[in-house]
Amino acid sequence: MKNGILKFKRKPKIISSYSVVGHMEKSGPLGELFDEYSNDDKFGKNSWEKAESEMQKRAFSGALNKSGLIDTEIDVLLAGDLLNQCVGSNYGLSCFDVGYLGLYGACSTCSEGLLIGASLYSGGVVDSCAVVTSSHYCSSERQFRFPLEYGGQRTPTAQWTTTGAGAFILKDEGNVEISEGMIGKIIDKGISDINNMGAAMAPAAIDTIKRYFLESEHSPEFFDLIITGDLGYEGSEILKDLLLKDGIDIRNNHIDCGLMLFDRKAQDVHAGGSGCGCSAIVMASDIIPRLASGELKSVLFLGTGALMSPVSLFQGGTIPAIAHLVRLSSLNSHN
Amino acid sequence: MDIFLDYLWAFLIGGSLCVIAQILIDKTKLTPARILVVYVCTGVVLTAIGVYEPLVNFAGSGATVPLTGFGYAIAKGVQKAVDEKGLLGALTGGLEATAGGISASICFGLIMSLIFSSKPKR
Amino acid sequence: MNEKEYNEYVEKRAKKSPVLKNCIFAFLIGGGICTLGQAFFHLYTFLGLEETDSRTVVAITLIFIAALLTGFGIFDNIAKIAGAGTLVPITGFANAITSQAIDTKSEGFILGVGAKIFTIAGPVILYGTFTGVIYGIIYYFCNLIWG
Repeated sequence: MKNGILKFKRKPKIISSYSVVGHMEKSGPLGELFDEYSNDDKFGKNSWEKAESEMQKRAFSGALNKSGLIDTEIDVLLAGDLLNQCVGSNYGLSCFDVGYLGLYGACSTCSEGLLIGASLYSGGVVDSCAVVTSSHYCSSERQFRFPLEYGGQRTPTAQWTTTGAGAFILKDEGNVEISEGMIGKIIDKGISDINNMGAAMAPAAIDTIKRYFLESEHSPEFFDLIITGDLGYEGSEILKDLLLKDGIDIRNNHIDCGLMLFDRKAQDVHAGGSGCGCSAIVMASDIIPRLASGELKSVLFLGTGALMSPVSLFQGGTIPAIAHLVRLSSLNSHN
Repeated sequence: MDIFLDYLWAFLIGGSLCVIAQILIDKTKLTPARILVVYVCTGVVLTAIGVYEPLVNFAGSGATVPLTGFGYAIAKGVQKAVDEKGLLGALTGGLEATAGGISASICFGLIMSLIFSSKPKR
Repeated sequence: MNEKEYNEYVEKRAKKSPVLKNCIFAFLIGGGICTLGQAFFHLYTFLGLEETDSRTVVAITLIFIAALLTGFGIFDNIAKIAGAGTLVPITGFANAITSQAIDTKSEGFILGVGAKIFTIAGPVILYGTFTGVIYGIIYYFCNLIWG
C-alpha cells in the first residue's frame, strides 16, 4: 500500500454535482452544460474576492438541492481555492452549518478533495461528505499577476484562470463511484516561468500516472478517458510525449479540462484554462453526468496543481507541482 | 515640409525605441517592469554623456515621450538645478523636472479610481 | 530526464511569441503615440508655451488620455496588441498607476489605493531619481574641477 494505489473498501458515490461559472466559460464549448452563471462575473458582489465566495456558496447550495440533502446532513465539507488563506471558501461557506476542512492544493484541489473525502468515507469516519472548489480570473489575476486594467501581453504558453466553482456531494447511493485514488508527490523540475504552468505541472501528472500503471491491473486503454485538470495545450503535449517515451500511450483517451472548457481559436485564452474551478466545473457538469448515464464506464481524473506563491517566485524559486488521481467508475449497466 | 519631417522622425525614433523593448520582452527573460527601469536609467546616462540631447532636438516627441525621455527630463533637471543651486540641485532637480508628469499620473489615477471599477475580462 | 534537460526540452517545444508581428505593432502604435505627442507639442508651442513647459504639458496630455482609456477598460485591450508600443511611451507609466489605483480601491482609499498606487510604477521613479542624483553629484564635481 505504501506510495501506491488507495483501494477504497467502502466506495463513496457522487450523488450530485453542481457548477457555477462566469461569462467566458458560459460562452465556451461546454457552456450549455453548466448549472448557473453570471454575465458580469461579479455575482452581485462589489469585489472579485466576494464574487468568488458567492460562487462557492451557490455551488454548494445547488449541489445540496440536487441531492435533496440539507447542510446538517453532511458530515464534512472539504473546500479550497487559490486565494491567500483560502478566503474564497472560508467566507463563501461560513453560512452553512457543517464541519469544514479548508484545503490548499492549488489547481489540484478538486481531486485532492475527492480523494480525502473518499478516504474518510471508506474508513467509515464519515457517511457523507461535500467537496467544493473555485477560482476566479479576476481575483487570481490580482493576487498572482497584475491589476486587471494593466496593459500587458501574455505569451502563447500562458493559461487563462477559470471563473467557476464546482461542488460534489459524496454519499452511499448513486451511479458514479470513486473506487481508487493515488496521492500525488511534490514534483519540481525546475520550471520558473509563471507563463508556462503546463510545463511545470506535466511532470507531476507523469509521475502519478506512471506510479498508477506500475501497480494497477489495468492498462491505459482500459479507461474511457484519462482526464487531466489544467495542463493546457503545452502541458498536455508534454504529458503525452514523455509518457509515450516511457511506453505508456494515452494519446487516444487523454483529455484536459483546460482544453475542453474554451475554444482556443475563438477565445483569447492562449494555452487553455487553469485554476481550481477549471477541473471542478468540467467534472461536475460534463464528466460526472456522462458517467451517471453510463456513456463513460471508467475514467481516471488527475487534478494538477502548481504550488508556488508570488513571493516564492520573486525570490527566484521554481514551481513545484502535484497531481492527485481518483478513479471514477459508472455503476449504470444500461447503455 | 519641415513639419512633416518632424512628425516622420518622431514616428520612426519613437517606434524604434518601442521595438527594442518589444524584442527584449520576447527574446529575454526581462520582465516589462525591469525594462522600464532600464529605459529610465539609460535615458539619464545617455543624457549625461551628451548623446540623448541631439536625439531630442532631432526627433522631438519621438525621444521625449518614451520612458528614456523621462530619464532625459531627470538628467536635464539635475543639470539645471546644480548650475543654479550647487550640490543641493543634485537632490532637487530630478523630481522637480518630472513633477508635472508624476503628479498628473497619480492625480488622474486617483480620480479614475473614484469614477471607475475594474471590469471583467474576456 | 534531469532538471536541465527538462528545461531545455520545454524551452524547445514551447510555442514562441510572434516576435515579428509584435514588433510591427509595437513600432506602429508606439510611433503613433509619439507622433500624437509631437502634434500636441506643435499645438502648445503654437499657443505660446516655451519648449520645456510644452514637453511637460504633452506628457500630461498623454497621461490623461491613457488614464481615461484605462478607466474605461480599453487600454489593456490596445496593449494586448501593442505590447511595448503602449508600455514604453509615458502612457505605460500612466496605465501602471491608474490600473493599480482602480484595482486596489476595494481595499480602501488609504491602505488600498494610497499605499499601493506605486506598486508597478514605483521602480521607475526610484531608480530614475536615484540615477539622476548620482549624475548630479558627478556633474557638480566635474564642474568644480574643470568648470
